[in-house]
Amino acid sequence: MTDYADSGPATAPTAPAGLVAGALRMGDYWLTVLARTWKGGVITTFVTPFFYVLALGVLLGGFVDADPATLEGASTYLAFVAPGMVAAHAMTIAFADLTYPVMGMLKWQRIYYSMIASPLAPSHIVLAQLGWVVLRALFACGVFLLVLAAFGVFETVAGVLAAWLVQGLVVLAFATPVLLFSLSIKGEESFALIFRLGMIPLTLFSGTFFPIGNLGPVLEKVAMVSPLWHGVDLTRMLTLGELDWGMVAIHVAYLGVLAAVCWWLAIRKLAERLVS
Amino acid sequence: MISARGLRKSFGDFEAVRGIDVSVRPGVAFGFLGPNGAGKSSTMRMICCVSPPSGGELRVFGMDPAKDGPKIKARLGVCPQEDTLDVELNVYDNLYVYGRYFGLPRAEVKGRIDELLDFVQLTDKAKAKVDDLSGGMKRRLTIARSLINRPEILVLDEPTTGLDPQARHVIWDRLFRLKQAGVTLLLTTHYMDEAEQLCDELVVMDQGRIVAHGTPLGLIQQHSTREVAELRFGVGEHEALAAKVEDLAERIEVLPDRLLLYSDDGEAVIDAVHSRDLSPVATLVRRSSLEDVFLHLTGRTLVD
Ligand SMILES: Nc1ncnc2c1ncn2[C@@H]1O[C@H](COP(=O)(O)OP(=O)(O)OP(=O)(O)O)[C@@H](O)[C@H]1O
Ligand SMILES: [Mg+2]
Repeated sequence: MTDYADSGPATAPTAPAGLVAGALRMGDYWLTVLARTWKGGVITTFVTPFFYVLALGVLLGGFVDADPATLEGASTYLAFVAPGMVAAHAMTIAFADLTYPVMGMLKWQRIYYSMIASPLAPSHIVLAQLGWVVLRALFACGVFLLVLAAFGVFETVAGVLAAWLVQGLVVLAFATPVLLFSLSIKGEESFALIFRLGMIPLTLFSGTFFPIGNLGPVLEKVAMVSPLWHGVDLTRMLTLGELDWGMVAIHVAYLGVLAAVCWWLAIRKLAERLVS
Repeated sequence: MISARGLRKSFGDFEAVRGIDVSVRPGVAFGFLGPNGAGKSSTMRMICCVSPPSGGELRVFGMDPAKDGPKIKARLGVCPQEDTLDVELNVYDNLYVYGRYFGLPRAEVKGRIDELLDFVQLTDKAKAKVDDLSGGMKRRLTIARSLINRPEILVLDEPTTGLDPQARHVIWDRLFRLKQAGVTLLLTTHYMDEAEQLCDELVVMDQGRIVAHGTPLGLIQQHSTREVAELRFGVGEHEALAAKVEDLAERIEVLPDRLLLYSDDGEAVIDAVHSRDLSPVATLVRRSSLEDVFLHLTGRTLVD
């Protein structure tokens, strides 16, 4: 039986000095999450890209005898589909990280409540969580791009680097609305909805596997609302080196505004759930 | 350390806390005793800066939770009613990540973890997953976690609810040591024995109001007699028999399963009952407790 010892160094606990300082205090939390989940991540990060490239790019692509003129400047179907798969991969990571895990932190284990009992605020929690998913997506998409590079589907190094960095924006444009959704729902049943009516149609009809022009004039306009189309088109322009600066600006603005608005709303929603 | 004046909390048109005045001095163990729904947790959450008051004034360390929440929280330890441990992390990591939230250097957090694990007797469980701990161990881990920032005030919302008697005693012992080390304790409970054992000062809360305030002993002296004679008759007879014995005691309470006769000499009451040719199935003389205080003040029992 020992008494309560409060010996040793006694740094005073403090409130964080700013938004970033507060989020950085959660760095070790996210590293423990990594330590516990990296094994599962190895498969999705390193093996899944090979499967996709092989199945869709090489095997399916072998059947696709499309005229390069219809492939938005790509010389082969693989070169066309590669950037689409990378952007879709970033989106998948956002869905994976901000659905069930968020529900767990909010409802099952309630660890958001423990965080809010410390000097940290919802804005710190959200920044740390989104910062983490950006790092994760950049790593995973980086690996994906390296795999694809081996197939010689990219035009310039600078283009690939830019396409890589753009995935940070793509993942945020999905992570923020998905986080907002996860914080707004009562139970996890609703996740089936956004996977089936959100993620899957987005993956299929956002110009990932075929140009949205193929959808016909009306559906093409609908597809343009999809954040994934903006992400795919932006990534594709960069990897193919076919830059239309006006479109680049539109894509970046669309994704940026979407991310910023949903980020702000997510902080408010988290505060509403935790502080009552 | 804490002062509240006319503090209120409403959820929609429901008032959970209806204007309470409290003042907690450094170093005391201050208790909130009350039944389910009394407003204890609502009050704790306001003090912990995670629930904005709906009215009245609240100061913690002299600061306003609405303005200086993070500064206050840096100096508080919080042990919430429902566990908020990360069950996927092990015991050690739960403490480690939490210490970092307070801006403490890594090495220092590690040193404190060793001390705290020792203090709550979980050293040999350091690498165990939280999922594998018993209820009592989880509670002790939560207490250890709440101490990682060496708080000046430790807030404990029902620290032993749901634990078996042995696990409760271990926790009481740890809290007692914290009290001796000078940590101000703020705890809620609906166990009168817990309040009597741990609290220097307490308020009795019911339906959002404070109905009494004092030391455990003082409250008993003020609101009850020294002893209580408990009489148990056949089922359903208590109401009718109450009239025949009520003149024998200073006060009488009729419960569904027994009569409580309040008197400074319980044995004498029992003798007098027998001399009236009444034969209770069982009798018991005991000292008055906070349960009796609560019953007297509200007409209801604490734990139903
Ligand atoms: N977020 C909330 N929204 C609506 N009502 C609430 C909320 N939190 C608490 N209440 C209500 O306020 C009242 C007081 O609740 P509180 O949790 O403070 O009681 P308590 O004394 O801690 O009870 P217990 O012993 O059950 O923990 C209850 O009737 C409860 O239903
Ligand atoms: Mg409660």
